[in-house]
Formats: sequence, structure tokens, C-alpha cells
Amino acid sequence: MTKIKSLFISLVLTLGVSAAIAGSHGSTHDLVKDRGKLMCGSNTGLAGFGAPNDAGVWEGIDVDVCRAVAAAVFGDASKVEYVPTTSKVRFTVLQSGEIDMLSRNTTWTLSRDVDLGLEFVGVNYYDGQGFMVNKSLGVSSAMELDGASVCIQVGTTTEMNLADFFKANGMSYESVPVETNSEADAAYTAGRCDVYTTDASGLYASRAGYPDPSAHVVLPEIVSKEPLGPAVRHGDSEWADIVRWSLNAMIIGEELGITSANVDEMKSSKNPEVLRLLGVDAGYGAMLGLSDDWAYNILSQVGNYSESFEKHIGPNTPINIQRGLNALYKDGGILYAPPFR
Amino acid sequence: MQTNFFRKIIFDEKSRSLLIQTLVIGLFALFIYLITQQTAYNLEKRGISSGFDFLHISAGYDISIRLIPFTSEDTHLRAYFVGLLNTLMIAVCGCFLATIIGFLVGIIRLSSNWLFRNIAYVYVEFTRNVPVLVQIILYYSILLNLPKIKQAIVIFDNFYLTNRGFFSPSPIFKDGFSIVAWSLVIAIIFAFFLKRFLKKIQEESGKQYPTFMINSAIIIFTPIIFYYIMGMPLEFDSPVLKGFNFKGGMVIRPEFLGMLFGLSIYTAAFISETVRSGIISVSKGQREASQALGLKSNFIMRLIIIPQALRVIIPPLTSQYLNLTKNSSLGIAIGYADLVHGFGGISLNQTGRAIEIMMMVMLTYLTISLTISFFMNLYNKSVQFKGNA
Repeated sequence: MTKIKSLFISLVLTLGVSAAIAGSHGSTHDLVKDRGKLMCGSNTGLAGFGAPNDAGVWEGIDVDVCRAVAAAVFGDASKVEYVPTTSKVRFTVLQSGEIDMLSRNTTWTLSRDVDLGLEFVGVNYYDGQGFMVNKSLGVSSAMELDGASVCIQVGTTTEMNLADFFKANGMSYESVPVETNSEADAAYTAGRCDVYTTDASGLYASRAGYPDPSAHVVLPEIVSKEPLGPAVRHGDSEWADIVRWSLNAMIIGEELGITSANVDEMKSSKNPEVLRLLGVDAGYGAMLGLSDDWAYNILSQVGNYSESFEKHIGPNTPINIQRGLNALYKDGGILYAPPFR
Repeated sequence: MQTNFFRKIIFDEKSRSLLIQTLVIGLFALFIYLITQQTAYNLEKRGISSGFDFLHISAGYDISIRLIPFTSEDTHLRAYFVGLLNTLMIAVCGCFLATIIGFLVGIIRLSSNWLFRNIAYVYVEFTRNVPVLVQIILYYSILLNLPKIKQAIVIFDNFYLTNRGFFSPSPIFKDGFSIVAWSLVIAIIFAFFLKRFLKKIQEESGKQYPTFMINSAIIIFTPIIFYYIMGMPLEFDSPVLKGFNFKGGMVIRPEFLGMLFGLSIYTAAFISETVRSGIISVSKGQREASQALGLKSNFIMRLIIIPQALRVIIPPLTSQYLNLTKNSSLGIAIGYADLVHGFGGISLNQTGRAIEIMMMVMLTYLTISLTISFFMNLYNKSVQFKGNA
């Protein structure tokens, strides 16, 4: 009889727990505040975008979005716990509530936005799929890749673009599917495949880590649109707004010339938009359920978009990416944030 | 009357245990029902769509290792079958190879030769104490370090060994080849009946024929004779290095080979122990009696020891086959496009239908495992003691 009793008790407990998990999806903002830190889904390690540095501290432009949100919510950019996610589990981890937001070079597509119960809140890097080959192959265009073996990370939009690109051009290929970025690097450098394809940003990041980066060339063809941006769970607009405007604050910061170095001086600026952004003109923080100095905290602790870009992936880093599409709209790029008013 | 009924339920052991069992089953059913309901509710609440419609959407990705044609325009359902066939292919090849290695090593471990016996011992202890995933990755890494495609190792002019796989000529069947194939089938059937006939003669008259030699000759030479009669209706398409890769011919990919080596070498170690224990379990008297009868040592093994050892070997062998089949899902680690990697991985990612896809994958493995068990149990029955011993 005791066995039956304990079975019954465990049953009740299990049911109770599953009900509790189901019931806990209140406001993500409250949840994050109660917990005292932000759970942010990051890459398993992509140099310049999201990877731990030598001291074990996470760095990169995707990581900076997490830090910006933490700065906005807590006033402290370091209150983030990073959850490394593979391309395969990233959505499930977000859907299940294990993380509060996903900032992990993830392409914004219709089906992901609508069908998977996610909400993309913006774009922090405009990317496109490219191809990298060894220079010794003497290939100068992706149109010359007929018959090649191609290393590809599974479960990504890249995989479908690759199939479409080769089909559209009447070329054949052998796909060599790999699970993570580092496996792709290993297979590509071992010569298992001729070509490594992923978002061009990822190719630059990988190349920087090879023994001889100059032996590899990223081909000029960009075969897809890959707007990468942070995502949250669908159905919590308040939280989506916070993440969206944390990113926007960084972009607007660059537009207005506010950097982490001059943010205190800018508080006495005459530009009303600067004053609104930095919380000198009060009221905007409250609309988001945040303190008025939320954007000030982002810009002083994380910096504006340009600072983040130059620090992690710009031409002066090993990743060496030009601003290109990711320059502000007034500098020839397409980076554009709605007005702060 | 009513008190009697309750009295009976509480104090009669049979009725009481029946009641408890009913209650437990009822609670379990309720538990499953609530979990299902809760999951459906949660999915709906989070705006995640569900259902099996996705099976008819085109998959959008390509699979290189496949037994049936597949392009990115085919559906997820077809991707499922491609993955299923790849899983079955590795399971069948793996079990086959593991059985051969396992039986050989098991017998060698009992050999009187010190060197062979100890080599087998080291092999068994090493492979079965290292996780199979580690071994798979090890073999795959070794295969990746074979020469690159441009420096392929050439074997017999038409075979090429590279880190992209083992390339060999592929046969092209021309008109009339089906007759050659049929002649082989008929030769095998004929050999089967001949064997039964010769055995009958042996049982009646005691006269022995070299059945094995005769039948081998029949099975080998019949198709060869027909091959020449039909005017050699078989050609080979040799692989040729063109551009990035070999064109034409057939290829065995390193992902498949890595899985095959990893799974079969690992499982063979367990099988060899099973075989060894089976052989030891046959009592010494049997061997001594057959020696006393003057039987040759390979006859002793084949006719006396192995048939009795099989009774002990088959049940654990079945569970090794099941293990190997389930371990084939580790193909995901090196990109072998099995059921879990393709359908359970890529399709899952493209469609987000985690629950549906995982249910399908689980049911598939369950079906494969139960099928293996079913046939192995049949075989087990056929080798068990017959009669009322």
C-alpha cells in the first residue's frame, strides 16, 4: 500500500509542477526583474558576434544587445547569464521559457516570426549568405562551383538557400552537413569540402581563426538576405518593446553622436531628441516600464551601435568586416531606427 | 450484501489486487491524458502551430547520402523515408559486420595461441570500455585525414581512396543481365535442394559427399556461364576526377564508414564476450565425447559446440543488435544522414514541429527494435532444445 501511496503523491506532484510551469508565463519583464538577471540565448561561440573571451567574459555585437537590455532593465549591463544555444535548439529554448531573449545571429523570416511563436524585434546585423573557398582552387565566382562539396551547418536558412542557388543555376553539389560552426571549420580545413557556406559574417569570423587566413577567399556572390536580429517569445509585447528599443537606442545613439565617452556631456546638449533619449526630458522610460535613465545606461555601459561594431567586428579587428549595409542610412547603409519621440 | 462486497474487496487478496491494479492503470491513463492536454494547451497558448501538415511541404534541403532519389523539392515525408533507409542501411551493415568480427574474436579468445588470445583480449577490453561516440568520432577523424581529393590513393587503377570517401566503378546492367541474375537465384535454390537430397542419402547410406564444395561450384559457375552466354551484359562506369570531385562510379562516404566502423567494432566486443560465454557454457564432456568419436576439430566446432552454444548466445545477441540500431542515431555527431539527423534534425528545424517529429522518430525506432526482436525470437525458438527434454 505504501508503494501505491507514494506513487499517488508523486503523480500529484508531477501534475502540480507541470501546471506551475504552464502558469508561470506572466510578464517576462516581471520575471526578469524578480530573477535579478537576464537569461540571454547566445551563440555557442562565434568570434565577434557572441563568444567568451580569454577571461571567460562573453563578447560580441550579439552579446552587446543582451547587455543593452540588462542595462535598460537593471541599470547594470553585466547582469546577464548567457545560455549557449546551437542553431538547432535555439527556438525551443526560447519557446520553453528557459531564456528571456535570443540574440544569436538568427535570420528573421516569415515562418519563424509567425509559425514558431517567436517575435523578431529588429535587425542588428544585415547579413547575406556567402561562400568561402581556398585560394588554391582558383575559383573567383560562386558560379564556378559546379560539382563541389559544400560544408553547411544544418537547420539553418543557409541550407535552403544553398539548395535554391545551385538548383537555379543548374549546378550540382554534395552537401556535407555539420552541426556546429567549429565542426564546419574542421571539415573545411581538412578538405572534406571545397566550399564553406554560411552568413558572410560567419565566414569572416571563421576565417580569422584559421592558421593562415589569407589562404581563403570569400567569393563576391551574396545569395540571400539574412537580416539577423534578436527575438523574443510571441505574445508579450511589453517585453518585445523593451528589447526592440534597447537595440534602437544604440542605433539612435550613433545617429546623434552619443558615445560611451561623451554621454555625460551630451546630457547638457541642446538637441531635444538627445535630451529625450538620455532621460533629461523625463517620461519616456515610464512608457516602457523602465527608469528614465535606461537609454543613458545603455549608451554609457555598452556604447552606441558603431562602438559595438568597431570593437568586435570592424576593420581594426581580426574579423575585419566593413560597415557596408550596416552603416547608418545617412552614411550609405540601411541601418535605420524609428524616431525617439 | 453491500458490506459483503466491500469486505471482499478489502480482505480477499485476489479482488484487492485487481482493484489496486485497475486504480493504477486508471491513474496512469489519467496522467498521460493530462500531460497531453497540458502540452496541447501550452502549445496553443504560446502560438506554436502543430499538426502533421508539414509532411507534405517541400523540404528545401538536400541530402547527399541517400538510397532513393531526393531533391530539395521533395517533401519532408520523403526526407523521412530517406533517413529511415539510411538508418536501416547502417543497422543492417553494422549488425552483419559486428556479428562476423564478434564471432571471430570470441572464438580467438578461447584459442590456445597465447598471442592471438591476448590480442583479442586487449581489443575487447579497449573497445567496450570506451564510449561508442568517442570511437565514432575517432574513426571519422582518421578518415578525414586520408589524402585530399586531388591526391587520392589509387587502388587497381579504378578505385580511389580519399577523405571524401571511397570511390569505385559502378556497374551498368545491359539487356540480358536479368537472365544472369535469375540463373544465380535458380542455382541457389537448386543447391538448397541438392543439399537436402545429399543429406538424406548420407542419413540412409552413410555415404558422404563434399556438399559444400559442390554447391559452391554450382552457385559460382552457373551465373558466370550465363554471363558469357548472354554476351557479357555488364559494364563498369569508372569514377573520373573532374573539377572538384569524382564524376561517375559509386562512392562510400566517410560519414558512413565512420559510423560502420564505430558501431560494429564497439558492438563486436560485446558480441565476442557473448560468443565466448556461449562456447564455455557447452559442457566439456561434449567436446571430449566428440573427440573420442574421432571427429575433426572444425566439425566439432560446427556440428557439436556452436549449435549448443547458440542457445546461450542468441538472447544477448538480440539485445546487442538492438543497441547497435539505437546507437546509429549517433550519426548526428559526424553528419551521417540517418533518421535523427535528417528528418529529426533538419526537418524539425525548418518546421519547428518538435513534438510531432520526435514522436514519429520514436515510434519508428520502436517498430524497428520490435521487428528485430520478433525475428530474433523466432530464430531463438528454432535453435532451442526440441522435444520434452
